[in-house]
Amino acid sequence: MILAWLVIIPLAGGLLAVVLGRLSATAARAAALVAMAGELALAAGLWAGCGQMDFSGRPGCWLAELNYPWIAPLGVSFHLAIDGLSLLMVVLTAFLGLIAVLVSWREITQRVGSFHLHLCLVLAGIVGVFLAVDLFLFYFFWELMLIPMYFLIDLWGHEDRHRSAVKFFLFTQLGGLALLLGILALYFTHGRQSGVYTFDYLALQATTLAPRAGMLMMLGFFLGFAVKLPAFPLHPWLPDAHTQAPTAGSVILAGLMLKTGAYGLLRFAVPLFPHASQQIAPVAMAIGVAGILYGAAMAFAQSDIKRLVAYTSVSHLGFVLLGIYSFNMLALQGVVMQMICHGLSTGALFVLAGLLQDRLHTRQMGRMGGLWAMAPKMGAAAMFFAMASLGLPGLGNFVGEFLVLLGAYQVNIPLACAATAGLVIATIYAIWMIQQAFHGRPAEPYRMPDLRVRESLVILAMVVALLFLGLYPQPVLDTSRAPMEYLTEMMSRPVTRANSACNELHALRSADGNSTTASGRGGGGQ
Amino acid sequence: MTADQIIALMPLLILAAAAIVVMLGLAVRRSHGFTLAVTVAGMLAAMVALGAEPAGGAQVTSLLVIDSFSAFFMKVIISASLLVALLAHGYWSARAVEREEFYILLLLATAGAAALTAAVHFASFFLALEILSASLYAMIAYDRERPRAVEAGIKYLVLAGASSAVLLFGVALVYAKAGTLEMAAASGKLAGGGLDPLSVAGVAMILVGVGFKLALVPFHLWAADVYEGASAPVAAYVATVSKGAIFALLVRLAAAMNIQADPQLQAALGTAAIVTMFGGNLLALMQRNLKRMLAYSSIAHMGYLLVAFLAGGEMALTAVAFYLVAYFITSLAAFGVMIVLSGSARDADALEDYVGLSKAHPVLAVILAAALLSLAGMPLTAGFVGKFYLLAAGVGSGLWVLVAALVINSTLSLFYYLRFVAAAYSRAGASAQAAPPSRGLPSLAGVALAVLMILLVWLGVYPSPMIQNIQAVMSAWR
Repeated sequence: MILAWLVIIPLAGGLLAVVLGRLSATAARAAALVAMAGELALAAGLWAGCGQMDFSGRPGCWLAELNYPWIAPLGVSFHLAIDGLSLLMVVLTAFLGLIAVLVSWREITQRVGSFHLHLCLVLAGIVGVFLAVDLFLFYFFWELMLIPMYFLIDLWGHEDRHRSAVKFFLFTQLGGLALLLGILALYFTHGRQSGVYTFDYLALQATTLAPRAGMLMMLGFFLGFAVKLPAFPLHPWLPDAHTQAPTAGSVILAGLMLKTGAYGLLRFAVPLFPHASQQIAPVAMAIGVAGILYGAAMAFAQSDIKRLVAYTSVSHLGFVLLGIYSFNMLALQGVVMQMICHGLSTGALFVLAGLLQDRLHTRQMGRMGGLWAMAPKMGAAAMFFAMASLGLPGLGNFVGEFLVLLGAYQVNIPLACAATAGLVIATIYAIWMIQQAFHGRPAEPYRMPDLRVRESLVILAMVVALLFLGLYPQPVLDTSRAPMEYLTEMMSRPVTRANSACNELHALRSADGNSTTASGRGGGGQ
Repeated sequence: MTADQIIALMPLLILAAAAIVVMLGLAVRRSHGFTLAVTVAGMLAAMVALGAEPAGGAQVTSLLVIDSFSAFFMKVIISASLLVALLAHGYWSARAVEREEFYILLLLATAGAAALTAAVHFASFFLALEILSASLYAMIAYDRERPRAVEAGIKYLVLAGASSAVLLFGVALVYAKAGTLEMAAASGKLAGGGLDPLSVAGVAMILVGVGFKLALVPFHLWAADVYEGASAPVAAYVATVSKGAIFALLVRLAAAMNIQADPQLQAALGTAAIVTMFGGNLLALMQRNLKRMLAYSSIAHMGYLLVAFLAGGEMALTAVAFYLVAYFITSLAAFGVMIVLSGSARDADALEDYVGLSKAHPVLAVILAAALLSLAGMPLTAGFVGKFYLLAAGVGSGLWVLVAALVINSTLSLFYYLRFVAAAYSRAGASAQAAPPSRGLPSLAGVALAVLMILLVWLGVYPSPMIQNIQAVMSAWR
């Protein structure tokens, strides 16, 4: 039932916000804030309480589960379940949701209640995506998070919001429909084989697929998730949407919505089609590397600070794609780290860009300069997150990128080397951004206040989280280890499906000894 | 005729009687409220009579059969007509026209549409179709003061007349070959000798006639002009009841004549589906008028329906029926908002009429947005489950080309639906809202819109009861 609450709380908060919004804007903000704080408390409580249990997402190994029949005639059930990976993502969602509400406090003055309704609806949809293990339900949430996001951009965005919103919607919608076709094809294949028509994730894993059909279905899933990720040639919606969205929208887009693509690959595209995934792995990794280099190069070429940050997302999510299709423990653990840390660091950079725009009414770095003198706290924060973004050791992103590169190196040396070049370009754009905006002589005679208390708290929370992840990533790695182990195990013998029960794995793990770090088990991608 | 048969025919008899009562009532005293009351009472009585159908259905002469299939579609058609009547009341009240005769035409058209779903004989098919069409000619041209109403009526008259002629020619060819006008018997005779060119031509001409009424591309030329010229409630009726009844007939005809099994007809209809989807959507992209946009989008939706129709099988039948129900609800909701917003001077059909709607009428803006998003197939709305079902039927039968076309078109359609949703919620021009209904929401239309909105969300969130109902209907029918 706790899983249902995770979806209901943001929904209820949003509805409350829109009702209270008629009375006062602050009440609406407070309602959303309380809802997200409650969500975070619930998710954190779940995390704290999970201990060392095994909840790897193999049959019966969920940390918590909720299963009600929904559309029985079609074999659809309202099936939510949570394992280590979804747990981390839900915690991240709640954290960034809270941040998003806080940063909108002063920025949003028009139709505040309605804004928070949309914000909370997106968050509810995202939480649903991370929890659904019925493919119909998953698709339902997948589509559900799009509409409020479209409105967030279209109604509260910046100057070119209409075009960007439509572009965002069309790209993701087309990807979503490819995903739907993949889901339906799998549904019928499974139904004809077993006589049981169901959208249940675990049941569908047992489907035997002809190579060609499996490949086509996998491509449907891959396309749907790659648009969201976004993988290199499918990214054009991203810079526009991120730049034009209000700050909270950018934080959610970069911090969470891109992660739903990565999550979808890890949860569905790979486990449902291990064989086909194995086959396209080299291509997918190459796409990932192309994204790393292209995103970084494009980021360097931007003059708009939000656009620059947006392109760094393309680059960072390239690491995620590279890591996922390396199929070994190191890379996969790195992927999880990278997903979380990118959410925090990029989210924070968007927050800072939003604060700058709020104060200066421009996003052009050419019109900034010398801001450090006026706002040292803001400058220091920007410096910190720029360093995180370029992968400075000691911060979370370094752990993620390092593990991904280490894992990818075992599989494909040339691609790993090329990806490493991305780190070099990252250094250039990150330092260049700081230099343009905060150092040098002021381009125009600005006066602006430094971080206010609320803003400082937001930034501080994100700084602490990133430092913690960089210095002591173990809790995260522990939580994600079981699902990632299951994934590598599945990839190492993709033909006979991994269906071992929980107990078997416990025996296996105790025989292994206490390997608490991300030990490189399997190297399935070779 | 036995008592059972008369009971079976009761819904149609009640609808026809209600039309006569309204007509005679008008001879005594003109009263808009009384006329509406009789109309609503007649439709409700017909619904009650449908509930009392003999189990297993009844064949009434060789012309009509009242089985679970026709009972289901009659319920849908009569409910939709009832909602149109409720929506129309406030609309006509604001206008200086003779209002009461509209309800006679509405009842007659509904009787024709209901009979169409029960037709198993080409004679009853044609009669029912003509009752429906003749009422529609008058309904479309009803508000003569509207600039384009008469033009639209004549356009519909000419094109529908031509299509009826083609249809009759097709029926004659089939009759010449088979020697009977009963659909099932004729199909047996035709199939016995293998389909020769003459009977294929006959069936094709019948399908052309049906295609005209459904406004499939390339027989769509009347749609946008007629929708634009007709008064909003009439356009709503043409978009839903008229098309739904004919699609129900098409399904019955296809089941009797086994159209899906014939490769030539399958290919022809498949092509028509693809052309219709693309044609409807591409033309809708260019519209800045809500009525014209809905006209082209309804063309596209008929194309989507054809995909499931061609898939064949019980799942496809369920998909078609569910989609029609969802489409009825959604279209009526969208038209309903337009009807309510229309002032006494003109219909609120321009894009500019909707700019800033959320400020002036937040509730109507929500309903319009929900309806358009449902047409686009977004979750939490009936349209989502409907489109999912259509795609499932197509994938289940392996119609990959059609399914791919549906997917591409579904994305295309977002462009124009979102244009209106964005206009309704845009900040600019919130003050320049044109002609908000100063009299406030008419209460009857408000009730109708509330019912539609509840159904729209209910079918999107919990469609199981409806799906099970349709499955039961379809398995009883086959």
